[in-house]
Amino acid sequence: MSNTATANLGATGAPATPPSFYVTDEHHVENGTLLGFWLYLMSDCLIFACLFAVYGVLGRSYAAGPSGMELFELPLVALNTAMLLLSSITYGFAVLEMQKKRVKPTLVWLGITGLFGLAFLGIEMYEFAHLIHEGAGPQRSAFLSAFFALVGTHGLHVTFGIIWLVVLMFQVGKMGLTVENRRRLMCLSMFWHFLDVVWIGVFTFVYLMGTLP
Amino acid sequence: MFENLDLTKLIFGRLSWEAIPFHEPILLVTFAAVLLGGAVLVGALTYFKVWGYLWREWFTSIDHKKIGMMYMVLGIVMLLRGFADALMMRAQQAVAFGDQAGFLPPHHFDQVFTAHGVIMIFFVAMPFITGLMNFVVPLQIGARDVAFPFLNNFSFWMTVSGAVLVMASLFVGEFARTGWLAYPPLSGIAYSPDVGVDYYIWALQLAGVGTLLSGVNLLVTIVKMRAPGMTLMKMPIFTWTSVCTNVLIVFAFPVLTAVLALLSLDRYVGTNFFSNDLGGNAMMYVNLIWIWGHPEVYILVLPVFGVFSEVVSTFSGKRLFGYASMVYATVVITILSYLVWLHHFFTMGSGASVNSFFGITTMIISIPTGAKIFNWLFTMYRGRIKFEVPMLWTVGFMVTFVIGGMTGVLLAVPPADFVLHNSLFLIAHFHNVIIGGVVFGVFAGMNYWFPKATGVKLDPFWGKVSFWLWLVGFYFAFMPLYVLGLMGVTRRMSHFDDPSLQIWFVLAAVGAVMIAGGIAAMLMQFFVTWKNREALRDHTGDPWGGRTLEWSTSSPPPAYNFAFTPRVHDNDAWWDMKNRGYKRPEQGFLAVHMPKNTWAGIVLAGLATTFGFAAIWHMWLLAVVAFFALIVTTIVHTFNYKRDYYIPADEVVRTEAERTRLLAAHV
Repeated sequence: MSNTATANLGATGAPATPPSFYVTDEHHVENGTLLGFWLYLMSDCLIFACLFAVYGVLGRSYAAGPSGMELFELPLVALNTAMLLLSSITYGFAVLEMQKKRVKPTLVWLGITGLFGLAFLGIEMYEFAHLIHEGAGPQRSAFLSAFFALVGTHGLHVTFGIIWLVVLMFQVGKMGLTVENRRRLMCLSMFWHFLDVVWIGVFTFVYLMGTLP
Repeated sequence: MFENLDLTKLIFGRLSWEAIPFHEPILLVTFAAVLLGGAVLVGALTYFKVWGYLWREWFTSIDHKKIGMMYMVLGIVMLLRGFADALMMRAQQAVAFGDQAGFLPPHHFDQVFTAHGVIMIFFVAMPFITGLMNFVVPLQIGARDVAFPFLNNFSFWMTVSGAVLVMASLFVGEFARTGWLAYPPLSGIAYSPDVGVDYYIWALQLAGVGTLLSGVNLLVTIVKMRAPGMTLMKMPIFTWTSVCTNVLIVFAFPVLTAVLALLSLDRYVGTNFFSNDLGGNAMMYVNLIWIWGHPEVYILVLPVFGVFSEVVSTFSGKRLFGYASMVYATVVITILSYLVWLHHFFTMGSGASVNSFFGITTMIISIPTGAKIFNWLFTMYRGRIKFEVPMLWTVGFMVTFVIGGMTGVLLAVPPADFVLHNSLFLIAHFHNVIIGGVVFGVFAGMNYWFPKATGVKLDPFWGKVSFWLWLVGFYFAFMPLYVLGLMGVTRRMSHFDDPSLQIWFVLAAVGAVMIAGGIAAMLMQFFVTWKNREALRDHTGDPWGGRTLEWSTSSPPPAYNFAFTPRVHDNDAWWDMKNRGYKRPEQGFLAVHMPKNTWAGIVLAGLATTFGFAAIWHMWLLAVVAFFALIVTTIVHTFNYKRDYYIPADEVVRTEAERTRLLAAHV
């Protein structure tokens, strides 16, 4: 306060009272983590966009190998999709509990989310192993290269999401739902839902459209 | 016996004594010189006991100003390496005619031009640009640091990681022989089975992580941390160009990451994205990499447009002409830069309509760029122009860049491009805009902000010598290439048959030597500045009569930049403050909330370098260990919740009182 006063006093010679040129109390800057994380997600989205584009170009280059129609088992993929969608719902429940500042229920829902995530990964790995076993590995044709790259990148993201989830559960358990931890949970929440959205694209574009003749 | 063999392979992968270039005298001598120089440097640092100081005050620093300066140092060091490559190429092409084979065998020459391009773009131009933005942007918007100070440090060290890998390739193994964008199928495993392309991939991937994160960081900084009163249309123009550049970084670099990842899958796993058989499509690589590559040239040039804008208005003593049109021009260029990538390969055969579309969008970019040139000219018109060194670079830029821009429009005409594609005309064109634009701009910025960063003005005499040698050298080095290009001479040749071409290459080599003189003069400028530092010292913090907030604080600024956050009323905020009777506050200081230094950035980047090196040489054991160490270290780092501290109020009082004393003593 006193500084604004001196600044004004010092310029009494000027024709008009000069405005204040600085903030005298501590200037609080808004936290930018969520915006920053959102920007990162958009850049990640571009990686997926590239992989989708690559799949769009190469998706029918079977090189006399198997096609999506012969390979994809839709019931299995539907089950897998259900796992991931459910995990997004349970993450939502965790966030609701987090907003009520209840540590234990938050942890329980996070744990359930992680289990759904693991189930998703397990089924995906089974699918990959099955394909490779049948001779439909990523080296077989450009179509399969693009398929494994796109679906595998998504799976890799889910894997890192689960590692992050476990670390965060540990931190929430140890430190409680502090401001930092809540912010981190929100970031992971965005990440997790983002992967869900990407998967809906994968499911539609790769599996459903891939089984069309 | 068998077990032993496998173990060696597991540990050392493809690495063996054959990877050390004992049979290449040029490399061996360089290697020896580097080892000797490195030993002397390390010895000197140890002798003068500065390791602790470097570690505490620089390597682990999260101060955006110090990180910005480290980026500039990295850029200068890598400029020397990249320019040594350029000199070798010029020398080779000046002598390798007819029976003369020159001194560089083709496989070496190919590495040299690849390394030259990669280093100059990724490890010279990018660090310079990022360094300038890092140093200047928070000061211009009245902030105390960037939004994510730790990430900033990490980004810098990831860029260093990439540079380290490129430098390592000189002495251990080899670099890519594919040209700076590593087009497949040449860069595929079938035609490049050695480690060269892998060095290329991993160097770019690691540095790319740094670039992307610093893009996110600066964007959030500008969006969230501007001083009160600084609306978007009151931001200094350099900050505006930084916004656009960082938008481009965030939305272009992931494409590079993706396409290089696919290339590595082709090389490591044997997939068929870009291969010749089993359905692969090599042109998809070319498309994808230019979807990154074209925005990349605007990532480089937009911030220097900002530098020129600041310099022109400061040294003309006038408000920038057409601020709003400058902003709109920058934004239009940002958007258009995504719509022109195909002009890099009109000859792919996409058909007349596709080529026309991209030809026209390319030509349209020259309109906002031209508007900028006119804005600068009108800023100078009736100004009191002071031809200090930054202004010289700016005028040199305006003349040179217009020529480069016009040859760019020529190349944008698809039928003309069919004749000029892959010729030396193209080489002349892009050096014309990158040297005439980016390099001149970086030097203008360096001379302009050096007193702010260090408190000492750069010596103007050697600065002028450097400028004239660069300018004249540039015309000598690249105008002959336009002529040769029009005659149909293609790029990347290590030998020519037609002796009538030789005179042009000799001229170009003379130009390169003059540029070498320009670089030497720049180093001399640093040395002389250091020697005369007392005479050249700036006590005011505002040596040029600046207009934006960075000139309102001391030179060098205190760790906290501003004791009180400024309040902005005008887009030339500092000019406005000076005109309307601003008095520097001398009391009422508060403790300042600041981020703490951290070891995590340099350690993580070190592990990433190790991982990259292991992946290049197929040392799978080391790769796995380094990868897990990377993950574990990251997790450990997230357990550090105490990342900030307060600079106590009395320390702020002391710093500011010292400034008051200095200002009073030197008015």
